[in-house]
Amino acid sequence: MLLGQSPRSGGVLEIFGKDINVHLKSIRQKTGIVPQADNLDPDFTVAENLSIYGSYFRLSRKSLASRIPELLEMVQLSDRAECRISTLSGGMQRRLTLARALVNDPKLLVLDEPTTGLDPQARHMIWSLVHQIKRSGKTILLTTHYMEEAERLCDEVIIIDHGRLLAQGSPVNLIKEHCETDVVEIRGEVALAITRDLPESFRCDRSGDSLYIYSSDTFRLLEWAESLQGLTSLHRKTGLEDVFLRLTGRGLR
Amino acid sequence: MAASLLLHFGEPLLYLIGIGYGLGRFIGEIDGIPYFTFLASGFIAWSAMNVASMESMWSVYTRMVPQQTYEAILATPATVDDIVMGELLWCGTKSLVSGSAILAVASMLGAVHDWTAIFTLPIIFLTGLCFAAPGLIVTAYAKAYENFNFYMTLVMTPMFILCGVWYPITTLPEPVQRIVEFLPLTHAISIIRPLVVGVPIENLVVHLGALLLFGAISTWIAVALIRRRLVQ
Repeated sequence: MLLGQSPRSGGVLEIFGKDINVHLKSIRQKTGIVPQADNLDPDFTVAENLSIYGSYFRLSRKSLASRIPELLEMVQLSDRAECRISTLSGGMQRRLTLARALVNDPKLLVLDEPTTGLDPQARHMIWSLVHQIKRSGKTILLTTHYMEEAERLCDEVIIIDHGRLLAQGSPVNLIKEHCETDVVEIRGEVALAITRDLPESFRCDRSGDSLYIYSSDTFRLLEWAESLQGLTSLHRKTGLEDVFLRLTGRGLR
Repeated sequence: MAASLLLHFGEPLLYLIGIGYGLGRFIGEIDGIPYFTFLASGFIAWSAMNVASMESMWSVYTRMVPQQTYEAILATPATVDDIVMGELLWCGTKSLVSGSAILAVASMLGAVHDWTAIFTLPIIFLTGLCFAAPGLIVTAYAKAYENFNFYMTLVMTPMFILCGVWYPITTLPEPVQRIVEFLPLTHAISIIRPLVVGVPIENLVVHLGALLLFGAISTWIAVALIRRRLVQ
């Protein structure tokens, strides 16, 4: 809908304060998109992918000639400029797609699940790039199923489930608002037996054969966790993942 | 690129030399035209049809579905109309390349009788456009590459056989002639053949008008259908 590729069914949709149905072209001129599935053109080289894409924005050859090496440098693909797309790894392709989305120096950058299917190194590389772009002052709209990603990268998070807005705020505030500060995770079948004699101030949540005990009283929680003998328990601070699961419910939906 | 050239240029050339020389010896002349020249002029039009059809079906489908190239383009200020127009022009250009290559070889082999053959070039381009648009229409409906076989066997092959590439359409039974006269390949050949032979074109306005009308209508439909396919 943001791209004007599927018509909205109702309501108002404005980008940069302009109605998308009326000003689609000028909105696209100032927007960059990284789609969920890479759609780089396999007929062209790395550098050509950027120059051809730039030409769709009617950017001059001269400005592209200086911009493309900069972008390749930024995503660390300078030495691959003349390579075919099929020779790039998944992480490299994603970085190139990110560079392509920046070719028109957009004000708004839309990232649709940018790290899905990437290995940890590639994911961290994308994250640091996103940080870098964020610092340069661009607005970034990022969708993700990956709560760690949202927590690391986002200033403002909106949790949407089945098309309904469940919560909105900064990651820190969302965690504060919806969750206790600490959680102990206990794994294994035996874990289920201990729920009966749980202190009242603790909140307990179950998922599969894992048990999550929440509390804001770190000291008491840890003391209690130590009293569990012969069980593997893991203590950590709560995060957006806990907020998400709390709001949307555990188990398969 | 080399593989595509071999298919679109090499194949007609083999046909032309093999059949034109071999069969031509027995046939001699048709309508006062040496069979080799008759066949060469038909093959120029056939090649334009073939190249544009293949490109507008297999290649366009590849860019539209597995590669999602159009989705990427549509995130820029470029529109569906731009994409369709770009594809049509590319199909016309490819037709022009293969058609003129056959013309060049035919001319080296002595099949081209008049310099008016140079005017076949815009007609080859137009023929390419005329067949690119229907190809896009088929692609707009296609769910898989196999779907194109229907169009190949039920539309392209009959035209290749009936529209005057191999023999004059006047040889056909009267009712079949009436149908064949509506097909664009017939009109393309009716213009290209006299230009290669160097004789006046009969009913030029009718043939040219038919190609333009056919191209315009099918382009209009193609734009609408491709838009419906891309914008959901």
